[in-house]
Order: sequence, then C-alpha cells, then structure tokens
Amino acid sequence: MSIFLDQDTRLLVQGITGKEGQFHTRHCVNYGTVVVAGVTPGKGGTDMDGIPVFNTVADAASQTRANCSMIFVPPPFAADAIIEAVEAGIALIVTITEGIPVMDMMKVKQILKGSASRLIGPNCPGIISPGKAKVGIMPGQIHTPGGPVGVVSRSGTLTYEVVYQLTCQGLGQTTCIGIGGDPINGTDFIDCLAAFEADPETRGIVMVGEIGGSAEEQAAEFITANVTKPVVGFIAGLSAPPGRRMGHAGAIVKGSSGTAAAKLEAMEKAGVHVCRNLGTIGELCRKVFSGAR
Amino acid sequence: MKIHEYQAKQLFRRYHIPVPAGDIACTPDEATAIARKFEKFPLAVKAQIHAGGRGKGGGVRLAWSFDELAGHAEAILGMNLVTPQTGPEGRLVRRVLIEEGVDILQELYLSLMVDRETACVLVIASGAGGMDIETVAAETPEKIARVPINPLVGIKRHHCRQVAGALDLDESMFVPFCNLLFGLYALFVENDCSLLEINPLIRTAEGNFTALDAKIEIDDSALYRHKDLLAFRDLNEEDPLEIEASKYKLNYINMDGTVGNMVNGAGLAMAVMDTIKLAGAEPANFLDVGGGATAEMIENGFRIILSDPKVRAILINIFGGILRCDVLADGVVAAARKIDVKVPVIVRMEGTNVEEGRDILARSGLSIYTAADMKDAGELVARLAASNGNQYREASNS
Repeated sequence: MSIFLDQDTRLLVQGITGKEGQFHTRHCVNYGTVVVAGVTPGKGGTDMDGIPVFNTVADAASQTRANCSMIFVPPPFAADAIIEAVEAGIALIVTITEGIPVMDMMKVKQILKGSASRLIGPNCPGIISPGKAKVGIMPGQIHTPGGPVGVVSRSGTLTYEVVYQLTCQGLGQTTCIGIGGDPINGTDFIDCLAAFEADPETRGIVMVGEIGGSAEEQAAEFITANVTKPVVGFIAGLSAPPGRRMGHAGAIVKGSSGTAAAKLEAMEKAGVHVCRNLGTIGELCRKVFSGAR
Repeated sequence: MKIHEYQAKQLFRRYHIPVPAGDIACTPDEATAIARKFEKFPLAVKAQIHAGGRGKGGGVRLAWSFDELAGHAEAILGMNLVTPQTGPEGRLVRRVLIEEGVDILQELYLSLMVDRETACVLVIASGAGGMDIETVAAETPEKIARVPINPLVGIKRHHCRQVAGALDLDESMFVPFCNLLFGLYALFVENDCSLLEINPLIRTAEGNFTALDAKIEIDDSALYRHKDLLAFRDLNEEDPLEIEASKYKLNYINMDGTVGNMVNGAGLAMAVMDTIKLAGAEPANFLDVGGGATAEMIENGFRIILSDPKVRAILINIFGGILRCDVLADGVVAAARKIDVKVPVIVRMEGTNVEEGRDILARSGLSIYTAADMKDAGELVARLAASNGNQYREASNS
C-alpha cells in the first residue's frame, strides 16, 4: 500500500496554465497520475492538453470529482489558493510554491485545523507513490515501486539523492513525501510517521531532516512512543553557521535552538539509525531494512 | 531582513510606541549638532550595526557633556565593533544613534515572534530586562510568560492580562501596557515581521513605558508587499559576494573554509557542506543554484565562488532530476572555458542522463575531476584543497 496518494487519486492543478504548471502537469500525466482538471481564474472553459480548465476549485471539484490539488500559484496568491481548495473540500492539497509569506501560512495553518483537508508543503517537491501516482516535481524514474521503504523529508533534491541510493540498493518505496522547507507547513514528520507505521507494506522508514525548528525532536519523541518499524535518519546542516538562513526559509539555527547536533541526539535517543555521511545512507538502509523485508 | 535599531524605532513611532527622542549621526560634528538640540544630559551614543551585544563591545556609551559626547562619537564611528554576535572580525560602525537618557524604574523584556509549532504570534515577556532571554529561559524558565496569539483572532485584552500578570505589573499600568501591546502586535502583523524584540523595555517614573532598544526582522518572502521597508536594507551590513549572488537569484552564504561548492537544492547543499567537513576540510560557502538551475546560473555561481580568494578547490554536486545532467555538464564546460579556473574542480553528478553528462566532461579537455558518489567527492575535494590546491594554482599560473 501507499499513504495519502494512490492510483485512485483524482488530481486537479491550480495554476495549470502557467509555465511551471504546464510542464509538471505533463510529467505527472506521463507518470500515470489521473489528472482530471485545472484551475486558472479567468480561463475557465479552456483546456490544457485536453484537461478541462475551470475558474474555481469548487467548479472543478463538483464537475470532475477531483480529490487532490497540486498548487503552482505564485507566492502572493498561493495562500488564497490553498484556502480555496480547503473550502472546496479537497482532501489532499500539495503546494509546490516557494516563498509564501509566513504571516499568510500562519493563517492557512489555523484554517486547516478545523478542516478535513491535508496540506503537503508549501515549498516542497510533492508526494509520489511509485508505480501509482506522482503529485509533484520530483523525477519519477529514480523511484522504484513496491516498497518496503517509506521516505519523509524537508528537502527536494536531497530526497532525490536518498531515493536514488535506495533504488540502487534494490530497495523500493511505498510513498515518498517532501513536507517542505518552510517554517510553517502542513503535514509534518509525525503525520507521515504515523501513516507509515499503520501501512502494512511499509517496513522501514527514512526520515530526512535539517536545521531549524524542533520538528525532528518532536518526531523523535513520537518514534519512541509509537513507531515499531526501523527508522533511518539524516539531518542536513551540521556545518551550517548559526543565525543564517540556509536556502530554505525554515533552515536556520537561532541561538541554541534548531541545531543539527540536538536533532541527531534526539533521534539517536529514540533508537533511530542515524546516518552522518549522506553518501552512505543507501548502504545503511540495506543493512537496517534487510531484516524487515 | 534585519534593520537597524534607529529604523525599528521609526516604525515604533508610526505605531505610537514610546521611544526616547533621538537622531542619527554619521560624523562627530553631526552628533554634537544633535546634542545641541537636546541641551540636556545624559545622552546615549549607540553604534548602529546588525548585531546584538553592542554594549559589551563598547558600542553603547553614555555622555554627560558635549565634550564627552563628541569623544564617544569619535571613538565609536569608524570603529570595528566586536560583539558576541559579530564574530571575531567585527563590524564597521558607520552611524550612531544619539538618544536622550531615560529615568529607569524597571527593566523588562518583551518580544513578539512567529511560533512554528503553534502557527501563532508568540508574545514573550520577562521581568528580567536587559538579560539575554535564552539565559533567563535556561536559568529561571518560570519567570517567562509565553502567550500565543492566533492570527485569525488577533490580540485581545485577555492576552494583555496574561502577559501583564506574568510581569507583576501594577493595575494602574494596565491601560498603557495594553496600548503598547496592541501597537506592537499591529506593527508586527502589518509589516510581516518575523521578530520584534524590546530589551530592555523601560517602565518610567511617569507611569508609562519606553522602548530603550528595538530589534526587528522582516520576513524576506513578504518584502514584495512592503516597498517602503526595502528602503531600510543596508548593503553595508551584507557580504559583497552575497549581494552579488542575490542579483542572480543565487542562494549564497560566504563562510570561512577553503572548499568552494555549488549544489542544486538547499537541503542537498547543506548535506554537501557536511560531507566536506566530514572529509576533514571546511566549506568556503553555501551555494544553492536552485532546482531549476540554468547554464547561466551555473556560470554566475562559478564566478562568485572563484572571486573568493580563500577557495582552494571546488566541488560541484548536482542531482539531475528534471534538470538533466548533460545540460548541466554543458553549462559547467561553457563556464569553465569562459572563466580562467585556477583551482581543481570536482564534479559529481547523478540522475537523469548522467552517462551523457560524464561523457561531455571527459571530452571537454578540461581538467575536471569526476567522482562517483558523494562520499568519494567529499574526500577527493578535501585532499585537493589541502595539498594540491596551492601547487595546482602555481602550476596553472606558470
């Protein structure tokens, strides 16, 4: 099985007629994702490669039974696009957009709390359940269907590196999720860990964190109490200077909070198999997960 | 984006938050002219740099006469101010804030920040003003009030009650305190702040409050809707190479080591820096050319790394996804031909069309090292930076 996303997912794309939206929609279609609609305000009634375009998410959802949205809307309008998807009852909202103001995301996060929607991102590569569907910008061909590994990460290309090493070791993936590099995001490590723990096909989990915030520390506590499957962990940013934002809006060490050392320590304490050298994470996963296969 | 204390206080005035009267001076003469307007002492002379702990480095001094004031301004302007936050290299002081002295009844700490966990604006307050809040948090955590404010609801009087209660404020102070907090909250959300800190906040003998210091950071992602705040950006406080990189939309941070590196994606870039360090070398920079890097961006990134005299070797690590390795290899080769590269360059590529990419590098005739995986790449570049870097540079110069 996979988590959050499978072959029955019906995708709509917000911002489908933009350059990025078109490009990545085509890659998702080629991968096998069922793309049923696009939304671009003012372009309702047109189509993109035969995919009908609507003015609003509500119209698109009611006419196509879309249950998932991928958002490529530019930062000034992205928070509104997420809220529109929430109000239209979209179950899974994947936001690729980077650079949404934090104040906007704080409000989005509060709105999500009372809703039935799950947000992945923003500022993320998206989610892929190899062999079933891809909702995001990751290169599909480096993934291997069939499990047994579930991957959750705050990064994009770093996740591709990890997935590629898994594939080279003959380890397939159930689902790979990039939860995004912003300080405030939707789905977090704990949501994914809980889902992977409950998924019978996932027999090992790779968790890729980075400096900033305390999501990894909280995830470590959750692992101690709730996760029985083996977890391999990596944290990027051991050598990052404090007080500097390392590319991702959320990747910053402030005072003594958010350091890689503290995160690694918390993960080790939780029994996570910590990988310190990224070049060796595939090998480590083979060793750790071989018993779990 | 960080702004200076005097700029933060300009914002405070717009929101009717009391601050001491003061003005900015770039020369001792200007400082004296400002002092003549006040005609009373003491006056504070405060260095304006983007780093805290200025008092500890001698960047904040009190003057009781015109002579003393001119002396302090003379000493501070142009000084290389070293504080616990500047690092050993310090910061050049170009401006001082001349400010009237304040009668201090009590020093408090007050800040507003974005709380990642609750997605709320968090108000933090403590009766121990003037102290570093992390020290207070470590030593007496019970003395800190933390009140989250849901941004959909906004600040209400009961929030002020909670904060005031933790500060043991007298009931007579409650109305002025509410006004202060309401003003600060409005300033925070209307200007997309990520941090607003007053340390110390002064309780005055007249029964009001005054912000003796002011620190504000603005969310970079929101600057597009605050054109007025962009005027506060001080390029003197930024690294010249970082300013150059920002023109090309490259995420670059200058560091102390000798191994330059260029990577696509922020997380992978951090991991590459870590790999360099694990191999026994130190990264000279962080450079994320982004997931959608073009040949032009690669060339600009190259140029910026090479203009850093510390760099002894360069590691380029690209994970080709939708961006193909052959396109990247073309970019690297084109850039290396255009720019006179005098340090060894190691390229490690993986992903889409990697064979074609490696082939392009091999056929280029350029002395570019290739590495099979990240571990090898890190070890090779560390070795080259340590030993061959100098020899290579000399050899290619001759």
